[in-house]
Amino acid sequence: MQSIDPASRLDAEFVTFFAGAQSFSLDISHVREIRRWSTVTPLPHAPKEVLGVMNLRGSVIPIYDLSARFGLGPTQDNPRNVVVVATIGNQTVGLLVEAVSEILSVARNQIQETPDIRSESTRASITGIIQMEEGMTRVIDLEAVIQCKPKQAA
Amino acid sequence: MSMQSIRDTFFEECEDLLEALAEGLARMETGEADSECLNAVFRAVHSIKGGAGAFALSDLVAFAHRFETVLDEIRSDRLDLSDEVMHVLLRSADHLADQVEAAREERSIDEEVTAAFLVNLGTCLGDAGFEAPAADEDFGFSAITLDFGASPGLPAFELPDLGFAGPEFPVTDHPRPDLSHPDPRTSGSGATAAPALADLTPDKKTSAPRHRIRFIPWPQFYSNGHDPLVLITSLAAPGELEIRPDLSSLPEFAEFDPAKPCLAWDILVASHLPEATVEAHFEFVRGLCELSVAPEITPAPAPENPAVALPWPAPLPEPLVEPLTIQSRAPEPEQVVISPPAGPPPDAVIETSALPPEKDTPRDATGEGAGALLRRRLPKSEDDAEGRGPKPTLRVDLERVDRLINAVGELIINQAMIEQSVTDLSLPADTEIISHTEDYRLLARDLQEAVMAIRAQPVKPLFQRMSRIVREAAEATGKPAHLVTIGESTEVDKTVVERLADPLTHMIRNAVDHGLESAAARVAAGKDPEGTIRLSAAHRSGSVIITISDDGGGLDRNRILAKAISRGLVAEGAELSDAEIDNLLFLPGFSTAEKISNLSGRGVGLDVVKNAVGALGGRIAISSTLGSGSEFTISLPLTLAVMDGMVISVAGQTMVIPIASVIETIRPTAADLHLLGTSDRLLSIRGRFLPMIDVAECLGFGRRDPAQASLALLVETDAQAHCALMVDAVLDQRQVVIKGLDSNYGAIPGVSAATVLGDGQIALILDTEALTSNMSGLINGRNGANYLPPAAGATAAPASQSFQPLAARAQALPQPQTGAPHAIH
Repeated sequence: MQSIDPASRLDAEFVTFFAGAQSFSLDISHVREIRRWSTVTPLPHAPKEVLGVMNLRGSVIPIYDLSARFGLGPTQDNPRNVVVVATIGNQTVGLLVEAVSEILSVARNQIQETPDIRSESTRASITGIIQMEEGMTRVIDLEAVIQCKPKQAA
Repeated sequence: MSMQSIRDTFFEECEDLLEALAEGLARMETGEADSECLNAVFRAVHSIKGGAGAFALSDLVAFAHRFETVLDEIRSDRLDLSDEVMHVLLRSADHLADQVEAAREERSIDEEVTAAFLVNLGTCLGDAGFEAPAADEDFGFSAITLDFGASPGLPAFELPDLGFAGPEFPVTDHPRPDLSHPDPRTSGSGATAAPALADLTPDKKTSAPRHRIRFIPWPQFYSNGHDPLVLITSLAAPGELEIRPDLSSLPEFAEFDPAKPCLAWDILVASHLPEATVEAHFEFVRGLCELSVAPEITPAPAPENPAVALPWPAPLPEPLVEPLTIQSRAPEPEQVVISPPAGPPPDAVIETSALPPEKDTPRDATGEGAGALLRRRLPKSEDDAEGRGPKPTLRVDLERVDRLINAVGELIINQAMIEQSVTDLSLPADTEIISHTEDYRLLARDLQEAVMAIRAQPVKPLFQRMSRIVREAAEATGKPAHLVTIGESTEVDKTVVERLADPLTHMIRNAVDHGLESAAARVAAGKDPEGTIRLSAAHRSGSVIITISDDGGGLDRNRILAKAISRGLVAEGAELSDAEIDNLLFLPGFSTAEKISNLSGRGVGLDVVKNAVGALGGRIAISSTLGSGSEFTISLPLTLAVMDGMVISVAGQTMVIPIASVIETIRPTAADLHLLGTSDRLLSIRGRFLPMIDVAECLGFGRRDPAQASLALLVETDAQAHCALMVDAVLDQRQVVIKGLDSNYGAIPGVSAATVLGDGQIALILDTEALTSNMSGLINGRNGANYLPPAAGATAAPASQSFQPLAARAQALPQPQTGAPHAIH
């Protein structure tokens, strides 16, 4: 969507969304677009959080169920569900979330480190926490989130 | 244009030049070389040298220079093109390619290797004593190094020789070590150095024969970045100059157009060299200026003007002219561009150079050697005139082509969607939109084919590289061998050509190393001691067939079987058919080489080849006759971007299977199905029993009652392995655009890629190789857990190992003892 001018780097922007009834957020520089949910083609031997692949204007992109990824159970079918299309490096992926809520502008130093928690996998996929008026939002590490796939060469 | 991009261009052009060099040498080798061919070879080396000089690649320059010298000796018939010389030339061309490659990657090449090649070349020249070339010989080639950061001052003065000189023109203070040739000054051949020219003293000048050079740069001359000063100063080293600028075309100041050159020069150069050599100075600007060289007719200028003939760069006598000439690099525009009207000025009379007959030999080569390096920028003059110039081509960034191909792929999908929507409308058949969509379909196909053709490339460069591999392998093994190539113009997708290089290299080495017998054994068998490796390419019904054959001893099946048994790849006492034994060669870790050579025989050869070919969607087969050689056949798809597929349905999912691997579809009855063991099923078809694979089960979409098998696809994945794939239904047959899964997700066992169907949905393309060869691995991999890390053996294996002869599979095979990480399923 919009990229951040390096000069205004002080203010980091995050897209926040709900998955498994929890608030998560992703650095806006990763977010390319937000799409309505459409049927995906399931992949063989895929982990449960990989719902399948979707056609994004000719690109084949995998769709991850963010709620399932964080162990919050599969996302329930709901017309409000959307796919956050995000890019990291040369990879384009989609994250299925329950709803996108807002774009959050914060200063970098407002991002708190993830406290020690028991679940290693959750901790590894969360880079930090931002306090919000109502509760908090978890900043996800996109790279870690999508690492749960077989990544060997063909 | 940045330095880097110029550098890139140079290396790109080097590729073409090296290709031309290899081609020319190949023709020389077969003895069909005419002088034009020899000249082409010479030009290629010369142009590489010229370009390399500009980038201060001194090693490359030195080597190319010596190479060129040898070529020149051959060209002027002073050196016979014996087999030994030919061999040195071929190997030197290989080394030159290595040097260019090294220079491109900015690494240095082992100096000893270069020195060895230099010595070899020196030997050709009869310089047995010639040892350390770089150290003690000035190659007379101090080309101007491009320095874009430098101020536009007058650096040229320090660099008297521009490097446009051919080998005929080494400016060297040392006498050439080569004493086997007559002094050029007395022989008049002009093809070798005239080392003492620079020693000419002024009083000799009037007695020296002089050349009159008429030099009129055209606008392109300047726009290509040439500098008349540099060119003229380059003449100063061998002789003395008398320069008379022709200011007749100088316009009135008011009419002055800075973009139009208006200067011409008459240059008298005292030189013993023939015109050809002088012209060689201007070789790189041919087509960019008007130039004539002729012996001076009038006597030298009278002594009342002694300053005229001062050696360059002494100031010129006429003050009016001096700044213009010397400071043509100065920043002020009116001085930089000195300019008669565009094109040859009206007064430019072209003097026909009346060449003394004995001097024409070296001329035609250097004369038209406008330099392939500059060929593309030059207005085509001589090359086209000869009517044999290459077809005009365009160098395009591959990324752009791929973008175009992608867009066309989208168009095809879009077209399919529109067609489907129109069909869904159930309009009467004569409706206009139906005929429009039909036209649209045809246009889209045409467009797709045209775009695909852009990526198609002849296999020629690839094949040419292979002749080098044969030479090296022959040298390393001591088995004389030569390569015969057929069908070099066969076109294949660029990626296929690129990715074939390694497998082909392997196979060619194998053919020489393992395929051919030693020369003595060949003679004993009544064969030519020199082995022949045949490499051919041809199109056959939508595929490219590449065969590599040798006329060696053929496969020794007993030895192969014994080796396989000793390696634990096959159970002892197993009865294998000839074809199955042949296919053992493709097993990982298999090597029959009696002793491991540094060429091949590390046991990684053929299975790697097989995987590489498989990754390109191709197949490899082997056939062999004892005593008369073996043949490997690789069949490959023409393009990697589209594929003919059969749309099938499996467990409610729509999938695509490459049509090339499907032999037939069968609707089996319950009576045709047989259980083997607890879970394996066999399908009987015309008396044969084939393993039956449930695709849904392989992909982890659930297992079904085999009795309900609705449809079986008989597929051929390996030369011998037929298999039946159980699917629900065949829906369609169509061309599909292949979309990779790797970039956004990763490899999936059993799935090679994906495609987009007419309804916009994605369908997976099945990897029949993996499905049929590793069903057990896939099923085990699915075992319970949803996800296995890639390192877990079973899931990692399918892609890397897909070979499985039937007989071998039927036997319980132990793991190989080598402990190599390949499991046999």
